[in-house]
Amino acid sequence: MKLHINTTINGEPAEFLCDGHETLVSALRNTLGLTGTKEGCSTGDCGACSVLLDGRLVPSCLVLAPEAHGRSITTIEGIASGDTLHPLQRVFLEDAALQCGVCTPGFIIAAKALLDANPNPTEAQARFWLAGNLCRCTGYDKIIRAVLDTAATMNEAAAV
Amino acid sequence: MSERTFEVVGTRPVRHDGVDKVTGRAAYGADANWPGMLHGALLRSPHAHARIVSIDTRAAAAAPGVKAVLIGADLPDTHATISLGEAAMDVRDMSHNLMARDKVVYHGQPVAAVAATTLDAAREALGRIVVQYEVLTPVLTVDEALAPGAPLLHDDLVTKGAAVGPKTGTNLAGRYEFKRGDVAAGFQEADTIVEREFRTATVHQGYIEPHACIARCGEDGRAVVWCSTQGPFVVRDATAAIAGLDAAHVKVIPSEIGGGFGGKIVVYLEPIAVALSRKAQRPVKMVMSRDEVFRATGPTSGTKVHVRIGARRDGTIVAARVSLWYEAGAFRGSPVGAGAMCALAPYTIPNFFIDAHDVVVNKPKVAAYRAPGSPMAMFAVESVIDEIARELKMDPIDLRLKNAAAEGDQAAYGPKFGPIGLRAVLDAAKRHPHWSAPVGPNQGRGFALGFWFNGGMNSAATITLGADGSAAVFTGNPDIGGTRAAQAMMVAEELGVDVDRVRPTVADTDTAGYTDVTGGSRVCFATGMAVIQAAQEVREELKRRAAKMWNVAPEQVTWERGRVLPPAGAKDAKSGADAQPLTVAQIAARMTHTGGPIVGRAALYAPMAGPGFGAHICDLEVDPETGRSRVVRYTALQDVGKAVHPSYVEGQIQGGAAQGIGWALNEEYVYNRDGVMENAGFLDYRMPVASDLPFIDTVIVEVPNPLHPYGVRGVGEVPIVPPLGAVANAMRSATGIRFTELPLSPPRVLEQIAGVDARREGRPGTVAVGA
Repeated sequence: MKLHINTTINGEPAEFLCDGHETLVSALRNTLGLTGTKEGCSTGDCGACSVLLDGRLVPSCLVLAPEAHGRSITTIEGIASGDTLHPLQRVFLEDAALQCGVCTPGFIIAAKALLDANPNPTEAQARFWLAGNLCRCTGYDKIIRAVLDTAATMNEAAAV
Repeated sequence: MSERTFEVVGTRPVRHDGVDKVTGRAAYGADANWPGMLHGALLRSPHAHARIVSIDTRAAAAAPGVKAVLIGADLPDTHATISLGEAAMDVRDMSHNLMARDKVVYHGQPVAAVAATTLDAAREALGRIVVQYEVLTPVLTVDEALAPGAPLLHDDLVTKGAAVGPKTGTNLAGRYEFKRGDVAAGFQEADTIVEREFRTATVHQGYIEPHACIARCGEDGRAVVWCSTQGPFVVRDATAAIAGLDAAHVKVIPSEIGGGFGGKIVVYLEPIAVALSRKAQRPVKMVMSRDEVFRATGPTSGTKVHVRIGARRDGTIVAARVSLWYEAGAFRGSPVGAGAMCALAPYTIPNFFIDAHDVVVNKPKVAAYRAPGSPMAMFAVESVIDEIARELKMDPIDLRLKNAAAEGDQAAYGPKFGPIGLRAVLDAAKRHPHWSAPVGPNQGRGFALGFWFNGGMNSAATITLGADGSAAVFTGNPDIGGTRAAQAMMVAEELGVDVDRVRPTVADTDTAGYTDVTGGSRVCFATGMAVIQAAQEVREELKRRAAKMWNVAPEQVTWERGRVLPPAGAKDAKSGADAQPLTVAQIAARMTHTGGPIVGRAALYAPMAGPGFGAHICDLEVDPETGRSRVVRYTALQDVGKAVHPSYVEGQIQGGAAQGIGWALNEEYVYNRDGVMENAGFLDYRMPVASDLPFIDTVIVEVPNPLHPYGVRGVGEVPIVPPLGAVANAMRSATGIRFTELPLSPPRVLEQIAGVDARREGRPGTVAVGA
């Protein structure tokens, strides 16, 4: 028997059917067509499937799809506002903080959660917050710089 | 080569595929879903070594939702050979690797496949397949595999190359020799000789995107495959051969690729998906789990390397003896030959003898991994060089400078070096403030070199000009690290158009000219060269069109950065007014009236490339109580010839360094006695995370490669080579202990520190770190 789930995704009401054992990442990708969220390990170790669940950073491979009922989910597809990229997206591009790009949505979501919680992180805070996201291409150098640069940019904008 | 000034090359534009990647729109292997598709799943061997007595799939075929079942007997026996870029490969091994026939030779090898309407149904059906095995003893190391009376993986295996014993009835798949001079006499001249034996663990490429594909095969035997691959043409040819189709009827569309590092060149899923689709007459999607990726794809060889090097008191290396044994995994073909050729590449050594052994063991068949074979060999050699520097009390960089190969020297692996940047890299390292900075408590500093040949081979490019003067460029190399941006920059450089108005596309196998794989650090060099030549052809055509518009001969006009200039006195053919310089856009706007569409194309085979050298400096801090170590400062210097997009060149160097650090410090396949990997997940197979690493300082050295119009050498592979030696040498400095086995995981380090500690009588509980 399929379960009928009512949820909010990227600010819009959404509903879908799922099996009780289906993961949230599977429902997002396969049922709702939101393939920006990636699945790299299915065990919560790589962070590629990071989403915000009621504002909290979670690996969507470790969340059951039915748990989305009555909750609010933010995915990479909901980060930009209209035709304006989120500052993290823009700075990731400017700082060349991606190579193959498959970990990028997860990093941007996780970094957003970081900056939401701590608008002015130190390098060490950024590194430990993002330790749940694996990147095999960049050595993290440009990713960490991009996150710190974004924080600086956003703080500057907020101060104006 | 003459010093050329660049307008676009060397700048850092936003990559063309970037917005799609930061918004989640970019489509990777698992992101495609086709109407009516089925889901494929694989039944994998629970044994590392066993004979398959029988397979009964009847219950699976009758299970709900199941549309097709496949076993090895359904696939043709083939001995076709296909190009893997740097080597040809017998497809038979690849076919058996992805679907066992009468024997399984590693844990996780597929034995049957099912396609069903849902993934759950497919997995459920796998459980109904009954396989009877006769379990055999696995061999898991080169020593076990080569021991007298060892169980044999393949009864028909014949040793290739320079065998010294019997060529049959063995697990030795190949033995190769490289030599120069008189080694015995060379060692006689040595004042100091250092000899050690090293081991490295099996490690995985660790790309974040698991293998994935979707395929359909129609009633007419024509197949379309969408997949994540470094080599679409390899997938086409291998899929056709393994599934029993005509390659002329197979089209491969490369998706965006979520990392490869060499591990996405051979095929694992695609022929199965096509064969299942042919049976079911519906599209079949297959996506690996991380567990499957670890157990049955990649990795690279576990190795044993024995090194003996002799030097005179003044540091001159006079002789070297290197023996290498690399695990190939379950089928022949480890990168031991390349390892042997890289081992001594930085040095001019008059006398050496190298023998290299390719050994099959009951582990997954190894795949290419970034500078395949070089890191393990150079780890061993660079560790011994470090010991010689200590014995001779020489600065490690000075010792290397004393023996460094330069232009005109015969490389240890054969050819004469052209202009190479080894000395420039060593000089830059010596000058770098990191080299002379103080070392903190419990810290040690290590230095090591890395080498890779870099690659050339087949590449093609097509450029079409729009009527607005914008340009589209098509090539056949999946873009792993920013090559599309680099190619667009090359077109912009040649045509003088804005880089933002160049649209680079990775084309499918029906659209792109034949192109070898994304690998060997060849794309920016060889495919880039094709792009430049195609752009130059466009430029020549633009000159011809302008000449037509002025009624002058093409040789009378001149090109000047994005414009064609008329000869003095020329008139516009249409208006009769004095001819004015014409921009690319102005000429393109008139192309319908001057001869039709403007297209440039180029195809080439680059037999040679510009060899690349890198040097890394590593500061390691060791916790004497836990054995845990941490890289606290890291500098990577490399000659790349010419950096087209410096940000992505830095990124390649930083990423390679991080992978090498992981290899040195943490990563390893842990096997039990039955040949079952015990840490097949990212929690237990510990790749570096952001909190494990510092910023990685990069120094780009540019000694132009004369084989490329801009001087490009390639960048991606060299940087994974030095870290193994640099980290181990730093550990030696920090602890006083020469570790000869990687990874330098905390238990291994602690055990050695404790051993040293126990030998120091009267000092219980204290550890001499920083000795």
